[in-house]
Amino acid sequence: MFQLILFSILNGLVYGMLLFMLSSGLTLIFGMMGVLNFAHASFYMLGAYVAFTLGLRLGFWPALVIAPIVVGLLGALVERHGLRRVHRFGHIAELIFTFGVAIVIEEIVQLVWGRPAKSYQVPALLDFPLFRAFGSSFPAYKAFMLVISVAIFAFIFVILTRTRAGLIIQASLTHPQMVAMLGHNVPRVFMVVFGIGSALAALAGVIAGPVLGTFPGMAQVLGSIVFVVVVIGGLGSITGAFVASLLIGIVQTFAVAMDVSVGGTLAAVGVQVNTGGALHDLWKVTIAQVAPILPYVLLVLTLILRPTGLFGTRET
Amino acid sequence: MSTRYSAVAFLVIVALVAGLASSATPADPVKVAFVDPLSGPFAATGENGLNQFKYAADGINKAGGVLGRQIEVVPLDNKVSPQESLIQLKKVIGDGIPFVFQGNSSGVAHAISDAVLKHNERNAGNRILYLNYSAVDPALTNDKCHYWHFRFDAEADMKMAALTDVIAVNPKIKKMYIIGQDYSFGKAVAEGAVSMLGKKRPDIQIVGNELHPIGKVKDFSPYVQKIVASGADAVITGNWGADMVALAKAANDGGLKVPFYTYYAASDGVTAAIGAAGIDRIRLVHESHPGNPNAPKALSDYITGYRKLHPQNDINQPRINTALNMLALAIKKAGTTDVDKVAAALEGMEYTNLSGDQLVMRRQDHQLQMPIYISVHTNKNIKHDLDASGFGLSLETKVDRDKATQPTTCKMQRPT
Repeated sequence: MFQLILFSILNGLVYGMLLFMLSSGLTLIFGMMGVLNFAHASFYMLGAYVAFTLGLRLGFWPALVIAPIVVGLLGALVERHGLRRVHRFGHIAELIFTFGVAIVIEEIVQLVWGRPAKSYQVPALLDFPLFRAFGSSFPAYKAFMLVISVAIFAFIFVILTRTRAGLIIQASLTHPQMVAMLGHNVPRVFMVVFGIGSALAALAGVIAGPVLGTFPGMAQVLGSIVFVVVVIGGLGSITGAFVASLLIGIVQTFAVAMDVSVGGTLAAVGVQVNTGGALHDLWKVTIAQVAPILPYVLLVLTLILRPTGLFGTRET
Repeated sequence: MSTRYSAVAFLVIVALVAGLASSATPADPVKVAFVDPLSGPFAATGENGLNQFKYAADGINKAGGVLGRQIEVVPLDNKVSPQESLIQLKKVIGDGIPFVFQGNSSGVAHAISDAVLKHNERNAGNRILYLNYSAVDPALTNDKCHYWHFRFDAEADMKMAALTDVIAVNPKIKKMYIIGQDYSFGKAVAEGAVSMLGKKRPDIQIVGNELHPIGKVKDFSPYVQKIVASGADAVITGNWGADMVALAKAANDGGLKVPFYTYYAASDGVTAAIGAAGIDRIRLVHESHPGNPNAPKALSDYITGYRKLHPQNDINQPRINTALNMLALAIKKAGTTDVDKVAAALEGMEYTNLSGDQLVMRRQDHQLQMPIYISVHTNKNIKHDLDASGFGLSLETKVDRDKATQPTTCKMQRPT
């Protein structure tokens, strides 16, 4: 039992922090431009593929640095020459534009790298169990993922709250016109944020590729959950994204471990349901079986009960 | 004058059109539809299947085709969705393609099977044939069987019977964990495992019987921790595609060292993901010789030829070659692509596949009868590796055709 709790917490943290790296960029872009960037997870996928290819020539460590920069520049280009032009036609056009970019990137990835999953391996330096306990082991690589993502969180937090650049970004989030009046180049701020957001997504891809698999569907698999994080955390709120990521990571991991049925859980909290009847199949479903949809249940509950999200200040 | 000219022009056009039409007829290809995922999480599996179909068709075409016509494979993407499949099926019917191949996901197979049956009952002159090369839910040739469905892979219970025979003679296994995808096939595997282990080794305790959503789980680490916590000595899984890759990766990372008995833990990225951690530990049940060691020459050449065309892909479904060749033979035997006659020719047909095995299409339920092979993941004596990884499958156990056969509850309604 203790083994299950310990490893569930660790796995939940690793997964949650990975979600955070993806959602931090998305929530900034979302908060700033009011655009749901459907292509965000595609930059995550590009990060993994670029790092895989670079890794074959240069090794994992240079790829870890270069791939996010390459993808970040690409993201900035997409903003500069695509999104900015579309911007004047309103949010719907921007939405459709990012949707198109996501499809184009997926097709390009399939053309360049093919459809089968790539054998993107954990670097040999980190390919050992960090510790063993109660018959299972915790890989050193996951600890590395955790360290990187915590460092990123600290980095973003400091930049946003303690530097002048952060002040301008925060101001552009809420009062873009005022910031422009003060002589700052707001479109450039948007471009930089879009680029950094894409680079963060790519970094998440670089470190998640070896663990979650590098295949053309990887963007689709994580794409929807990242939106859930952003909405639950509150638009534009880094703290919110952080808390929501960890919440979802841990809830999902623990839910898998629970073999009690939905009916049993409701009974335990005092709600008696008729276990027969037309819905009898529903009550027999275990929490473990519904684990992957729990984030979406949370999403719906958030939108009903607290449309601003946990830490957001405006309605979704 | 002008009327004479136009009359001449008209005649010339008529002659041209007639000439085109008559020259087009003999070269008209025999079209077969391939309805499987070509995008989304299972695209890798579908794409490799499609390539194997094209490769098998090339072989038949080089040998002269069927009835002097070439076979053309028409790919249609169904995104492993029953709804999309029905849309594609409408397209198949609209385009007049008489033969439909599908294999990935029994959930999709049930949808197609039902739709084909309904269509054929209502359109006697314009029927289509469903050739199932990979969907192995036993129900398709039992309770839900019908005349227009033929299955070329061994159904889940045939495979489970072989797997449980191997498990039964391993005294070290006392606790078994079953994990699978939450749909008809995953459930069929779990039911088969529980009932057959209950008969063959009642002392084995089932410590976990888990179903997870298909294609939705990103990280299997929590499941792996649950397996470790259950104290299982071995795992049975029917997972395939991305779900198998991710499960294998998580098991490696979590230090889960127990043996795995699987249906699809090879190729399409799975073998590479398992790597050295799976040596002598991962076993797989399938319908063909795995190619190692000492593959029959026909199979060996076939694998080598495919590898030259597709260095990253493997022949992981030799049954595709069987299915297409048996269809070609049936068309030759019938002398036409008329579905009623081709189906009649397929029933009871005998065929020797690349592994050199004698197969027969059982009349009673249209389940191809074949031997079952169990192979182990290793890097020793591997001539034909998978995923270009140096690792591959090596034959351990072969169950003969008459031992592998399973009874059926099918009561086939034949067209009158």
